[in-house]
Amino acid sequence: MSTALESPAATPAFQQVSAARKVKNGIATTLVWFSFLIAVVPLVWVLYTVVANGIKRIPYTNWWSEDLGSVLGDEVGGGVLHAIIGSLLQGLVCAIIAVPIGMLVAIYLVEYGRGKLAKATTFMVDILSGVPSIVAALFIYALWVTTLGLPRSGFAVSLALVLLMIPVVVRSSEEMLRIVPDDLREASYALGVPKWKTIMKVVLPTALSGIIGGIMMALARVMGETAPLLVLVGYSAYVNWDIFGGEQAALPLVMNNERVSNSIEPGSVGFDRVWGAALTLVLIIALINLLATLFSRIVAPKKK
Amino acid sequence: MSESSSTRTPTGDPGGRSSSAKKVPEDPISEQPASPAAQPPASEKPKKVRAGDRIFQNLTTGAGLFVVILIALIGLFLLVQAIPALTADKANFLFSHGWSTNDPGNMSFGILDLLEVTVATSVVALVIAMPVSLGIALFLTQYAPKRLSRIFAYVIDLLAAVPSIIFGLWGILVFAPAIEPFSQWINSTFSWFPLLAPGNVQPNVRGTIFTAGIVLAVMILPIITSLSREVFERTPTPHIEGALALGATRWEVIRTTVLPFGKAGYIGASMLGLGRALGETIALAVILLIPQGRDFSWSFFDGGSTFASKIAVNYSEFNNETSAGAYIAAGLVLFVLTFLVNFAARAIIGKKGD
Repeated sequence: MSTALESPAATPAFQQVSAARKVKNGIATTLVWFSFLIAVVPLVWVLYTVVANGIKRIPYTNWWSEDLGSVLGDEVGGGVLHAIIGSLLQGLVCAIIAVPIGMLVAIYLVEYGRGKLAKATTFMVDILSGVPSIVAALFIYALWVTTLGLPRSGFAVSLALVLLMIPVVVRSSEEMLRIVPDDLREASYALGVPKWKTIMKVVLPTALSGIIGGIMMALARVMGETAPLLVLVGYSAYVNWDIFGGEQAALPLVMNNERVSNSIEPGSVGFDRVWGAALTLVLIIALINLLATLFSRIVAPKKK
Repeated sequence: MSESSSTRTPTGDPGGRSSSAKKVPEDPISEQPASPAAQPPASEKPKKVRAGDRIFQNLTTGAGLFVVILIALIGLFLLVQAIPALTADKANFLFSHGWSTNDPGNMSFGILDLLEVTVATSVVALVIAMPVSLGIALFLTQYAPKRLSRIFAYVIDLLAAVPSIIFGLWGILVFAPAIEPFSQWINSTFSWFPLLAPGNVQPNVRGTIFTAGIVLAVMILPIITSLSREVFERTPTPHIEGALALGATRWEVIRTTVLPFGKAGYIGASMLGLGRALGETIALAVILLIPQGRDFSWSFFDGGSTFASKIAVNYSEFNNETSAGAYIAAGLVLFVLTFLVNFAARAIIGKKGD
């Protein structure tokens, strides 16, 4: 199309891109696209596995309304109500403890933090986010069970989850608080509003939608944790509402328990339970994320 | 964009707390503070800090301090609980292979085997995850259409939201059987190569470090990708435009501007991924077979236990305090290990940020 234009009398100022460079560029482009596709494959594969294998038990109402206490290992029936209750209770208690602490730390870092302590805090939040869940579980075990002599319980699990949730809450809240424009703070100060009230009534409401999103994501993350459950609470096949005493199930624990103590050959009862519990867990996590999105839309500050 | 400039400074404190009280003596809003003590002194003494402000500042500072102390407490508690078991240990804790803690009166355990398996799985994971996540990060920042790149990034982040026990079960029940012919082929073709020698869980090639490493790689992809992406996005536009103006192809732009700029961040991100891989628990506990015969001998087709999976698999031994102490000691080593790796990672990332 451009033959007429590209054959001037003088040598052209711009060199053609050589074949070698074109080939290199092409290879790089292919590799980069390929690596993205490589990452999508396991995601789709895992989700397909969970849905395809888990769908068998999910539609039955007794899956959602009964526990596994009165059915045998190879008997079709029962449900995971006990595990759903356990997971939600432990997650809720964990959030009740971790969210205020995490938000206070974030407010400290954004609004007050300067000097050595702020630096140390930022650093320690980073370290805390890298602490493996099994180490958090061992710490709570050493504190709660060995040192204080209290029994293993759902509450101990919540405490371990708190350690894992705090850094996520701090990071996301901090990010949201930092993008609140300084103009808003200054306008509030100019009206004589004290700093703490400015934070509570101006800064937090502005950032709230993003913060809630971050909290829900963090909650979904910790509810999928298995390691603290193994160390800190025993498995019970019955519904247990008491978070401070006795054994309590949770969805990951059901999966692990069936895996260890039941046959999980394809087509067996244990197989259906493991993947049914997995799908239930994924659905709950998806639901929490969905609620997070909806909720942050609702409380989002109105835009001009 | 402007986030980065304001990130490291505490936000507006207009002329300090002292002057705000002086400027507005009849402050209408402070007439209903949460604590009534804030009222009277605020109007009279200019130097006085409002009680509400003081309480709030102390509260938030306390929370910050709490996090700092928490890390120290984790190390301290693990250490204190590990000492009785360590003194009862009849073997060298750091340099011996066996692990027998059933009899509290006669314990001999060492972490060398755990350390080797942990390192081996993490290395396999990192070797796979590092190039792939570099590719994804470049794809998301440089190649993907701008409108779709957010959605694609979300898809990658979804990987991080899948609970690790699901990855573990998928890995051993679905993925391992699927790649079994491939593993079998590599294992038999390259068995002369020490790292690919027949493993200690033969003839099984499913519950091996090879499988575990690949699954682990998938699990650490999102963390390496998201951090690298953040760094690559901050490549100065003038650099990119300069390269384009000189006639560089897209790959040459990346090689000459994006990669040099983002190298430190990418390495730091990979180390954070390494930290995650070292501590991954249940997925590895589900996948890795425990060999009955010989110890780990640096073949990727060996089974074994990492620090974390060893603790998770043997939680039933926690009924007795001294035996539990042995596992807590292993946990302490894991804590120190991840601490060091994360420390180094943050140092690398932080240096670039300043």
